[in-house]
Amino acid sequence: MSREVVVTGMGMTTPVGGDVESNWEAILAGRPGITVIDEPWVKDHPAKIAGILAVDPLTILEKHETRRMDRSQQSALIAAREAWANAGSPEVDPERLGTVIATGIGGITSLMASYDILLERGPSRISPHMVTMIMPNGPAAIVGLEFGARAGVHTPVSACSSGAEAISYAARMIQSGRADIVIAGGAEAAIHPITMAGFAAMRALSTRNDDPQAASRPYDIDRDGFVMGEGAGILILESEEHARARGAEILGRYAGAGLTSDGHHIAQPDPEGAGAARAITFALEEAGLTPADIAHINAHATSTPQGDIAEATAIRRALGSATDTVYVAGTKSMTGHLLGGAGAIESIYSILAMRDRKAPPTANLDNIDPEINLNVGHNGPVDLPQGDIAVLNNSFGFGGHDVAVIFRSV
Amino acid sequence: MSQEEVLSGLAIIVNEVAGVPVDQITMEKRFVDDLDVDSLSMVEVVMAAEDKWGVKIPDADAKNLVTVGDAVTYIEANS
Repeated sequence: MSREVVVTGMGMTTPVGGDVESNWEAILAGRPGITVIDEPWVKDHPAKIAGILAVDPLTILEKHETRRMDRSQQSALIAAREAWANAGSPEVDPERLGTVIATGIGGITSLMASYDILLERGPSRISPHMVTMIMPNGPAAIVGLEFGARAGVHTPVSACSSGAEAISYAARMIQSGRADIVIAGGAEAAIHPITMAGFAAMRALSTRNDDPQAASRPYDIDRDGFVMGEGAGILILESEEHARARGAEILGRYAGAGLTSDGHHIAQPDPEGAGAARAITFALEEAGLTPADIAHINAHATSTPQGDIAEATAIRRALGSATDTVYVAGTKSMTGHLLGGAGAIESIYSILAMRDRKAPPTANLDNIDPEINLNVGHNGPVDLPQGDIAVLNNSFGFGGHDVAVIFRSV
Repeated sequence: MSQEEVLSGLAIIVNEVAGVPVDQITMEKRFVDDLDVDSLSMVEVVMAAEDKWGVKIPDADAKNLVTVGDAVTYIEANS
């Protein structure tokens, strides 16, 4: 028996805002949150810019909490608390409450800081919390503990599609009857010289250091790579039955997901977009929708030269002529790329677009790349149609992961 | 170094590690049962005390430090 899954709460902390509403205001205004990294190490790096959290978790959480949590875990906890409150702090049997929170990389800044201590002061000075700070399931575990989740705590890892995969996994837990409520999303906080050097070595990062706000520019002819971001997005997914019984406000409906793999290259997208197109088609099939039902796409659109074209190809391959009327936005133009958090925050933006019937702009899109055959290029928010609509969120990850998630209006 | 000085220093450490208000950290309080300092956090308390007072607290001794008073006495005697 398959059960209907709805969204009853959302929370987030990103480079453009410390909560959902401040995020949405910035995203609709097309206001990027990218800055030069204010650290001495940055001088030797080709990419010196990133999307740093707008609100530092250290100003929100207690010191005894932050000293035992990686920054990705801190972000997840802050976003989860907002989402939980937004859902009305639901009464739920702990054995029917699950947590699925993804990360792309895990607690790498804690790992590196601990390694520095190891080299400088020796093994006896390593924190007893180091292991639980670096484990990729840490954000899911921390949030699970906070709310007493006992139906299962899970962490899908698929690089930059991890957050979207977590939402799909969470929905499955509810559909299959394992849980009534699942706290789902993704978190990442991996801005560190080692990751910046690694991604730069792949020539994946923008080096537009002299104009950080304009650096992330999906679909623009002058895009030169993605910009690292950090933060977390959390959704409260709930069976419709449970949500109705407690009188919860329903913010959107989870409609379906498609998960495929390219089988093409470890880090480059399939230029034909075949795997990504299949993911979109599977999501439509599960949702029982047709391409014409999709009013808006929050695209993966990282601002890399190849990736944006491959995704545009995939969208057209999956949606056909309906592509012409689907309004596409790339919000990484403002947040940067949150890696394992991306699919989660962009699902939230998709749901907000449906709520307000306003889709956000793609910032910095001055001259569209002629190879991008999509309905993008607007400067401000675009009105979405009234009535029943659906929105699609795409997420792809190194390793050849393709994840498409669809939400429907209430 | 007086007992009061060690106690106040230790109270700051326990506050930072476990979030317990400083004024609740008194000699008779038990780390685990009264202050919610779990075994991992106790390792942090021991490490911070070692750094602050230049003492060495082997695991064999640390496990006998049940109350705040036990720790204060140990640090006074060994620093």
